[in-house]
Amino acid sequence: MSEVIKKATRESYGEALVALAEKYPNLVVLDADLAAATKTGMFKKAYADRFYDCGIAEANMMGVAAGLAAAGMTPFASSFAMFAAGRAFEIVRNSIGYPNLNVKIGATHAGISVGEDGATHQCCEDIALMRTIPGMTVINPADDTEAKAAVEAAIQHDGPVYCRFGRLAVPVINDPATYKFELGKGVQLRDGNDVTVVATGLMVNEALIAADMLANEGISVRVINIHTIKPLDQEIIIKAAKETGTIVTAEEHSIIGGLGSAVAETVCEVCPVPVRRVGVNDTFGHSGPAVELLKQFGLSAEHIAEVAHEAAKAK
Amino acid sequence: MDDLLRRQLQIHACKIRMGIIEGVYNAKSGHPGGSLSIADVLTYLYFTRMHVYPDNPDFAERDRFVLSKGHTAPALYATLAERGFFPMDEMKTLRHIGARLQGHPCITIPGVDMSSGSLGQGISTACGMALAGKHRGDNYRVYSILGDGEIEEGQVWEAAMFAAHYGLDNLVAIVDNNGLQIDGKITEVCSPEPITDKFAAFGWHVIEMNAHDFDDIDRAFCEAERITEQPVVIVQHSTKGKGVSFMENQVGWHGSAPNTEQYEKAMAELTAELNRLEAEA
Repeated sequence: MSEVIKKATRESYGEALVALAEKYPNLVVLDADLAAATKTGMFKKAYADRFYDCGIAEANMMGVAAGLAAAGMTPFASSFAMFAAGRAFEIVRNSIGYPNLNVKIGATHAGISVGEDGATHQCCEDIALMRTIPGMTVINPADDTEAKAAVEAAIQHDGPVYCRFGRLAVPVINDPATYKFELGKGVQLRDGNDVTVVATGLMVNEALIAADMLANEGISVRVINIHTIKPLDQEIIIKAAKETGTIVTAEEHSIIGGLGSAVAETVCEVCPVPVRRVGVNDTFGHSGPAVELLKQFGLSAEHIAEVAHEAAKAK
Repeated sequence: MDDLLRRQLQIHACKIRMGIIEGVYNAKSGHPGGSLSIADVLTYLYFTRMHVYPDNPDFAERDRFVLSKGHTAPALYATLAERGFFPMDEMKTLRHIGARLQGHPCITIPGVDMSSGSLGQGISTACGMALAGKHRGDNYRVYSILGDGEIEEGQVWEAAMFAAHYGLDNLVAIVDNNGLQIDGKITEVCSPEPITDKFAAFGWHVIEMNAHDFDDIDRAFCEAERITEQPVVIVQHSTKGKGVSFMENQVGWHGSAPNTEQYEKAMAELTAELNRLEAEA
């Protein structure tokens, strides 16, 4: 087996912005004094005249992005998820969402894998917040390949897009040579008929490992990667509900309002089957190494396997 | 300013005030006080200063306007109607279900450059428009009106810092200093004073003007246009409710609509004023 390459999707974000700058001349990048961490610093270095630092003022940054978009530019506004989706929520809703402006939000350091900085910076609420805004597209890529493709898909989409990236280096699971990103389309990575695991972000790789673990126990697990949480690919979810009869969701986000909620809302309306949610269980995070935190909070292949096993047996 | 232009502007402003009253009366809600206090500066902007195109509202090189104090939408709508973006009669549909004239400015309305109304946000979007102009080397200018109560919002000062840092000399902010906000006098609620000193400290070129004197308004905007490498703020000393005697300087008229008797009295006053202006023209 070849060596697993790992990369944080925030790195992918910075690299993609640089790679796409020539192709999209209207692209400009904003940051709020976190360019070194969000990796927009790469863009700043390469295209200084297309980078505007807004200082530690996320509310104004989102408004500036709205004004740039209203005047025909394609701005990426970057900060940590906590501040992009949290602090600036109402500006994103009223100045970007309501006028349906072509602003792209690049939110890094999402979830518990922020690590040592602790609860104040571990945003597990951003998907919930962003997906309630009418017209907002919400993307949570699983790896480097998907993250880079997501950045270009966001540019090509006319309207507001929230892109969620992580701080922790995660395995590259998609082959950049063959990978094709379709906005709003879920990807079935593994077929199976006993239970479906619907995962997003860094939990996609964990879901694949969990499927392998359960295969050894004779449980056939379908794995679906949902990179676009809104609009949700209802078709692939409903099909899985009908064919496997039970679903487990997996996300590095609160179990309230995120992927688990979106999937549950969908199946409840069309094809009610049990939906078990793996995520941050309505609690704040705390400091620690990211990998240890993910294990401690149950954001691991082992925990997905445990829940999926229970789901399959309860049928 | 020559006498003819001044008189024309006074007539437009009077018709805009009538549109405001018509709108708020028919809506049975809305914000007449702060709408009436900005009627003159909006008249001046849309009839002398701004390059706007009622037949092509989205023309890329137009000047932009953001009503950061979005609750005074009736003033913006009546101005756009008077300028020819849509019929003045549409003011009667303000805030009605199914109407396009929303309670606060909405970008889909012809001539409205930005949705606004959640206070403190419009000035940031105006900064973004001005930055886009600078970035591309466009010649358009951006104007934005804020309330004197509105500047209590912290985001305004984030925007103030940003505009000065990037030298947005294509941006003119106007603070409508009528001295009143919902809960009372601005100096008694949570004072934003001294307003001029604060903007100066943030790196803005500060001008003061009489909000209801077209010659003084013209002087202020001519000065603003000469300023380079700095954003400009014009603090306009205004009278809330200006032009309707019983609404002037009354905090109660911040956000309430006139009843039929009050509506008729207001329209009679404005009609008399319009007749006087037209007779002199």
